[in-house]
Amino acid sequence: MKSLRFILPLVLFAVLVGFLWHGLSLNPREVPSPLIGKPAPGFELTRLDQPAKAISEKDLRGQVWLLNVWASWCVSCMEEHPVLVQFASQNVVPIYGLNYKDKRADALAWLAKHGDPYTMSLSDPEGRVGIDYGVYGVPETYVIDKAGVIRYKRIGPVTQEVLAEKILPLVQELKGS
Amino acid sequence: MRWLACVALILLAAAAQARDAAPLADDPVLEQRVMRLASELRCLVCQNETLADSRADLAIDLRNQVREQMRAGKTDEEIKAWLTQRYGDFVLYRPPVKSSTWLLWFGPFVLLIAGAAALLIYLKRRRARTDTAQFTPEQHRQAQALLAEDLRDETP
Repeated sequence: MKSLRFILPLVLFAVLVGFLWHGLSLNPREVPSPLIGKPAPGFELTRLDQPAKAISEKDLRGQVWLLNVWASWCVSCMEEHPVLVQFASQNVVPIYGLNYKDKRADALAWLAKHGDPYTMSLSDPEGRVGIDYGVYGVPETYVIDKAGVIRYKRIGPVTQEVLAEKILPLVQELKGS
Repeated sequence: MRWLACVALILLAAAAQARDAAPLADDPVLEQRVMRLASELRCLVCQNETLADSRADLAIDLRNQVREQMRAGKTDEEIKAWLTQRYGDFVLYRPPVKSSTWLLWFGPFVLLIAGAAALLIYLKRRRARTDTAQFTPEQHRQAQALLAEDLRDETP
């Protein structure tokens, strides 16, 4: 009983340290998306390269696809762009771009300059579809399965590690099912 | 020359202010409602700011959406639900009471009760200890003898 008086505070302290230590490893900028496991929100957007042509999320059903939110004004997009260009050349999975709050001319010039990894890009000039997808920091990347359900969301630039450890295994699994 | 520059600056400042205030002008009641709701919502870009205070692009867009939905006759609750559907409970500065937030909501009360209980137990034990601390008649005599000695020493 006597020893409990000394052990108990020590245990409480250890628990507190445990929580704080775990807290240090969390990234407060990464807000878990409530959309994981839910159907991808619907949209009807025009193609970036063919403004007359509208595409809806239904046109993309039946395949596993990535949705990458990007903009020509976005600095971090430059960082991930080479990774996407290289990944697209492997033809593993189609990458659709959501050109978020951007000007068509700027976006097209940016793709011409840095390379175009996208199967197609869709224009979201006012960012409304972005809000439906819970976008708050470009770039963001979603993995969407054959049934149109969001399976994974990456906030921030896609890196080789994220591709190899998270996205690729998931895509392979979803393609198999 | 210098005063001309001053006047130009003042005019510029006035013009800049006028542009900032524009959305307030068309419907002050609605604007107040937008701001009241927005002050309970978190901006996702600058996470320690409310949606009402933030100047981030996304915050402006979201305020516009809130305004639009209010115009369309949606209630505050409906708008909050619309936002949490997209961004999660994180956007709410006042998180909802549910199983994953029980610790957050009730934890402080549990700590308070635990603290009060610990204090009560401690006080009870202490009282029990002081109650039993009684002198034997022998000790009483000794104490009195010492006190009497003391008194004798002090008197001149």
